[in-house]
Amino acid sequence: MPITNVLVAGVGGQGVVLASELLALAAIGAGHDAKQGEFHGVAQRGGSVFSHVRFGDRVFSPTTRRGEVDFLLALEKLEALRYAHFVREDGMILVNDHEVEPIRTADTRPYPKGAVAFLKSKGFAVRTIKATEIAVELGNHRAANTVMLGALAEQLDIPDEIWDKTLEGRIPEGLLELNRKAFAMGRERGR
Amino acid sequence: MKQLMSGNEAIARGAWEAGVLFAAGYPGTPSTEVLEALSTYHDVDAQWSTNEKVAFDECIGAALGGARSMVTMKHVGLNVAADPFMVFPYGGTNAGFVALVADDPGMYSSQNEQDSRYFAKIAKVPLLEPSDAREAHEFVKFAFELSERFETPVMFRTTTRLAHTRSVVESAERMDAPRRPFSRKISQYAIPVYARFRRPELEDKLNRLREFAEEYPGNVVEEGSRDIGIVTHGIPYQYVKEVAPGASVFKLGMIYPLPKRRLEQFCARFEMVFVVEESEGFIEQEMASFGILNVIGKERFTNIGELSADLVAQGLNSTSVPSDFAAQTTILPRPPVLCPGCSHRGVLGALKELGVLVTGDIGCYTLGCLPPYEAMHTTFCMGASIGNATGFNKAGEERVVGLIGDSTFLHSGLPSLLSAVYNQVPTTTILLDNGTTGMTGHQQHPGTGSTLKERPAPRVNYENLIQSLGVEHVAVVDPWDPEATAAAIKSGLDHPGPAVIIARRSCRLLPEEKAKDKVPYQVEELNCIQCEDCMATGCPALVWEGDTPHIREWECAGCAMCAYLCPVDAICQVEVSVDANH
Repeated sequence: MPITNVLVAGVGGQGVVLASELLALAAIGAGHDAKQGEFHGVAQRGGSVFSHVRFGDRVFSPTTRRGEVDFLLALEKLEALRYAHFVREDGMILVNDHEVEPIRTADTRPYPKGAVAFLKSKGFAVRTIKATEIAVELGNHRAANTVMLGALAEQLDIPDEIWDKTLEGRIPEGLLELNRKAFAMGRERGR
Repeated sequence: MKQLMSGNEAIARGAWEAGVLFAAGYPGTPSTEVLEALSTYHDVDAQWSTNEKVAFDECIGAALGGARSMVTMKHVGLNVAADPFMVFPYGGTNAGFVALVADDPGMYSSQNEQDSRYFAKIAKVPLLEPSDAREAHEFVKFAFELSERFETPVMFRTTTRLAHTRSVVESAERMDAPRRPFSRKISQYAIPVYARFRRPELEDKLNRLREFAEEYPGNVVEEGSRDIGIVTHGIPYQYVKEVAPGASVFKLGMIYPLPKRRLEQFCARFEMVFVVEESEGFIEQEMASFGILNVIGKERFTNIGELSADLVAQGLNSTSVPSDFAAQTTILPRPPVLCPGCSHRGVLGALKELGVLVTGDIGCYTLGCLPPYEAMHTTFCMGASIGNATGFNKAGEERVVGLIGDSTFLHSGLPSLLSAVYNQVPTTTILLDNGTTGMTGHQQHPGTGSTLKERPAPRVNYENLIQSLGVEHVAVVDPWDPEATAAAIKSGLDHPGPAVIIARRSCRLLPEEKAKDKVPYQVEELNCIQCEDCMATGCPALVWEGDTPHIREWECAGCAMCAYLCPVDAICQVEVSVDANH
């Protein structure tokens, strides 16, 4: 099987690393080779975080080359813009319809409007999912990452039972039901 | 069993399988998780030590005493441990000794970009470097064998990308590595007295290691095209395989000493050979010293930052790397920031107000040199703040503050403070005691009251410790009280001798702090005059929406730093407390 390249991006604290780890675990569960690695700076909170996940027969580079990512899973709109150049020409961007205002810096431009329209104008297939809204309805805004993962799962060929086993094996028991629901809701919205 | 493991977890697993009994280190990204993972094995005695040199010395003792031992550190930690690192090889080890050193090309969490491979050459010790987690797991087991076979410490080098990339590892059972009795050969282990006799033996050992490198199966040629030959190592190997799958590749697993004859044979087959390595041209320079000159190396593969598959493709084929969309749309930066409720904010705010010269140190508070505070004027390395402050004083600067965190103070600040006391230099030190090693993810230290294995430990009493050094002016303050903090710093500066102000409040990200009920603040929009004074906190819970500030309640820790800055009291506590788990 050719390599599937996913890039997960978001803001520190949104669960970028967990979402990408779950994806890599599911890929291994489905019998693939996989590599996953995140990039982040010194900040525990609020910084930009992204993580590469690659799976297939045999994966070499832990990161995908620019212009070769098949799916960008963006947990935040500005972060979708930041990493869109990694996506291949006809690749797909799944974006959480959610804005996290960055901390004020010398760059005083306002938060960009029309991120989704911009990405569409570049030829990418863009799916917008109200993941944070769904997660809040389910009782915890932090589950937005799992909603997004569910939406991505709809695009991948990994069987349901493997996803379920992966969630069960990695999510702490107290949060498992919430995440199962979040995943299922994401799958539904990703259809 | 097949498992998904990070490079760091795989190294810990491999060390455990190799029968490691003792492991010590000091936290440092990207090395930290090795020791954390090792501590989860009940039959490994793993500990945080006060600094890397101490950890190194402890591991020397343990390895001589017969226990397979591992010391872990980041690249700058090796600088701290360089003394024993350079001298231990003169004696050589008894049981297996592996020094894990993690470099950080790209400086994701570091103050410099240092290629630590050169240290192995200076110390004359073998250096192994894996290219992914599976190999890391395998190599580390071999490292212990190699160490015992040649009675030498082995340097095990990783980089951030290896340390933090998860891939599939097949784990095995733990082997039994019985303690090897120590023989009291003074002439082997009392180095200063016998160094002159040990020196030729060190060279002889290195020659034997050179021979071994020729047959070491971790140095492997993968045959491919007759036209393209590439010499590479570690993570760059993965990039090479990605972008030049057909090339003939000589992959080096042992980076020092290199297999001279095999490299000569390989390179003789090609008109030109690419040397693809990250950071400096270490392999290229070694090859040049062997007289292998038909190479293309650093002129095509930058020594600045991290390599990538794109950069390797660019170097091999002159392809271009696509740029981002910043020129076509607004991509605002998200610089690192202090967390909501961070205890450092109160001290940085007070220092900014006082306008004094501040020499800084390594920790989250290093962000104090960035906007909005810009209250810290120098920062170099662990423990430097107090010594630098002393120096500024000697150069005529009368009001200098050294700013240092608790873990860093215990790591290497203490001798500098003692020197300031001894020489009666009137510097003011602010000890930021947030009860943890914050930036690397909350590791225990002698001031936290517990160990890596989460056992209770004596907690350093900073007041007593500092007073016992001879500091006459010691004050403790809560940094969430900005007025008291500013007054305490001022009193320290006014004191004629060395003074220490302990700013004490726990890191907000510690689980016990997170679990506490908190009363968040809110902006009363009707009273807000849009002066933006509150934004000077740089708090991520406080965002500018439309034309007023807004506080994200679930992020607000209730520290009131923004309320303190508001000139019209438009920032007030919310009436109901927010559930800590939300």
